[in-house]
Amino acid sequence: MTRLMCYGFLLLALVAAPWMGLYPVLGTKILCYALFACAFHLLLGYTGLASLGHAAFLGVGGYVAGYGIKAWALSPELALLAGLSVGALMGLVMGYVSIRRSGIYFTMITLALAQLVYFLCVQIPQTGGEDGLQGIDRGLLFGFIDLHNDRVMYYTTLTIGVAAFLFIARVVRSPFGQALTAIKDNEPRAVSLGYHPDRYKLLVFTLSAALTGLAGALKAIGLGFVTLSDVHWMTSGHALLMTLVGGLGTLSGPVIGAVVLVTLENKIGELGALLASVTGIGWFATLGESVMMIMGIVFVICVLAFRRGIMGELDALRRRVRTPNPAPEPQS
Amino acid sequence: MDIFGVPVQALMAQLMIGLVNGCFYAVLSLGLAVIFGMLHVINFTHGAMFMLGALLSWAGLYYFELNYWAMLFLAPLVVGVFGIVLERLFLKRIYKLDYLYGLLLTLGLTLIIEGAVRSVYGVSGKPYGPAPISGVTDLGFLMIPNYRLWVIVASLLVCAATWYTIERTRLGAYLRAATENPKLVEAFGINVPVLVSLTFGFGVALAAFAGVLAAPIMQVSALTGQTMIVIVFAVVVIGGMGSIAGTVITGIGLGLVEALTKVYYPEASSMVMFLVMVLVLLVRPNGLFGGVE
Repeated sequence: MTRLMCYGFLLLALVAAPWMGLYPVLGTKILCYALFACAFHLLLGYTGLASLGHAAFLGVGGYVAGYGIKAWALSPELALLAGLSVGALMGLVMGYVSIRRSGIYFTMITLALAQLVYFLCVQIPQTGGEDGLQGIDRGLLFGFIDLHNDRVMYYTTLTIGVAAFLFIARVVRSPFGQALTAIKDNEPRAVSLGYHPDRYKLLVFTLSAALTGLAGALKAIGLGFVTLSDVHWMTSGHALLMTLVGGLGTLSGPVIGAVVLVTLENKIGELGALLASVTGIGWFATLGESVMMIMGIVFVICVLAFRRGIMGELDALRRRVRTPNPAPEPQS
Repeated sequence: MDIFGVPVQALMAQLMIGLVNGCFYAVLSLGLAVIFGMLHVINFTHGAMFMLGALLSWAGLYYFELNYWAMLFLAPLVVGVFGIVLERLFLKRIYKLDYLYGLLLTLGLTLIIEGAVRSVYGVSGKPYGPAPISGVTDLGFLMIPNYRLWVIVASLLVCAATWYTIERTRLGAYLRAATENPKLVEAFGINVPVLVSLTFGFGVALAAFAGVLAAPIMQVSALTGQTMIVIVFAVVVIGGMGSIAGTVITGIGLGLVEALTKVYYPEASSMVMFLVMVLVLLVRPNGLFGGVE
C-alpha cells in the first residue's frame, strides 16, 4: 500500500512539475532518459546482463525517427513506431550475437557491437555525420495534438513513459518475468526445469532494445536533434549510472536515477558558480566543463559506499523501521 | 607488381603499419588478460593507462627534458605505482562482489582520469616531435622506418618476457597457483594481496609501456584510450583470455586485418575488427583460443 502511495506521489510530482517551475523541455529530456534507464534496467535488473551497447538503440532509434520526419515527413506517431521497431530489430540481431557469452564477456561484446554501430553512423550520410540531425519538426500527434507546445510535448512524453513503465512492471511480474528471475538466480536449475535460457534472454534483450529505441525517437522529437554522442558508448554508461544511483533491482530506481543525474548535469554549471562565489575557490567555476569527471566520481562513490542506490536505501530504511534486524548488504 | 590493383610497395607499407598497431593491441590485451586472470576484474582503465603512458613521455620531455629512453623506463614505473595505489585504495574493496561492480568502479576511475587530463590539456593531441630513432631500413621489398621496426621488436620482446615470467619462473608459478586457489597459496605463506597488487601494477605498466612506444607515431589525446579500450575488448573476446600466445596472435592478426581493410575498403577499416568479432562469436562462441569458461 505504501508502495502504491509512493508511485502515486511520484506521478503527481511529475504531472505538476511544469507548473512548479520545471522548464518543460528539460522535463521532456529527463523523462526520455528515465524511459531509457528503465528499458536498460529491464535487462540488467532481471537477467543480470549488463549491456554497454544500449546507446546504439537510443541513437539509431533517434536517427531513424529524425530522418523519417525530415526526409519523408513522417507523422510523430509513425516516427515513434519506427524508432521502436528499429530498436527491436537491432536488439534481436545484437542480442543473438551477444547472449552467446555471459558475464563480463557479454558486456564487452555489447560494447564492441555498439562501437560498430557508432562508426557506421559516422560514415553514412543519413545521420549528418559530425553535425547530427538538427531542427527535427515535432509535428501533430495523431493529426490534432500540437507537439510544438512544450507542455503538450512534456505530457505526451509523460503518457508514453508511464505506459512503458506499466508495461515493464507487467512484464516483470508475469510468468515470463518470474522465469527470468529464476534464470538469473540459478541458470542450471532453470535449464533442468525445462526452460531455454537463451530464448528468454533474447526476448528480454529485444524488448529492452525496443523500448530504448522508443526513448531515442521520443528524445529526437522532443529535443529536435540527434547527435553522435547519443550513439557513443558513454551514453550507455549514463544509463548504467542512472540505474546504479537510483537503485539496482528496484522498479522505480532508474526513474529516480534519471531525474537526479540529468538535473545534476544541467545544473552543475550553476552549482559550480554558486560554490565558487560562496567559497572563493575559483576552480569550482569550471565544474560545468568537467561533467565527465563528476560522473566518474559519482560512479566510484556509488560502487564503494552506496551500492543499494536511493530506492534501495529507502527500502532498507523502511525494513529497519519495521524489524529490528538490519537488512544484509546485497552481494550481487 | 600489383595485388588486386594495389602496388606491392603500398600494400607492404600498410601491412607494416598494421603490424605496429597490432603490437599495441597485443601488449594492451596481454596486460588486460593478466589482470583479469588474477583479479577477475576487467580493467576499464587500461585505455586511460595507455594514454597516461604516452602523455607522461611527452610531459617528461617537455617539462624535465627527460628523453625518450628515460621515459620508456620511467613512465611504466610511475603508472605502475599509480595502479598499485588505485588497487589498494579502491579495487581491493570489491573483489568479493559481483563482476559488475569491478567494471563500474574501473569505468568510474577511467572517467576521472580522462576528465582530469582533458581539463588540463584539452581534447586535441600533443605532438611528440621527431621519433627518437631516425632513418629507414631497406628490406629489399620495402623501406621501413627504423622506429617502427624498434616498436615491433620491443613489443614482441615484452610479450615474450611476460610469457616467460608467468610460465617458467617461480614467481609465475606463485601467480598461476594464486589464480587457481588463492586460499591454499596463502596457507603456504605467500602474501597473496601483495601479489594481486603487483599484478595490477604490472598490467597497467604494460599499457603505459605501449603508450610510450606509441607516443612518437600516434597523436595521443585525452580520449585516445576510449577508442583503444573497445578494440582491446574485441581482441580479448576473439582470442579469449586463457592463453598468452593466443592473445598476442589475435592482437597482431587484428592489426593486420585492419591494415588490409584500409587498403581495399577504407570506409570499413574502423569497423572490421568488430565484424571479425561477430563472425568468431557465431562460429566459435568461446573465442579462437578459448577453452571452457
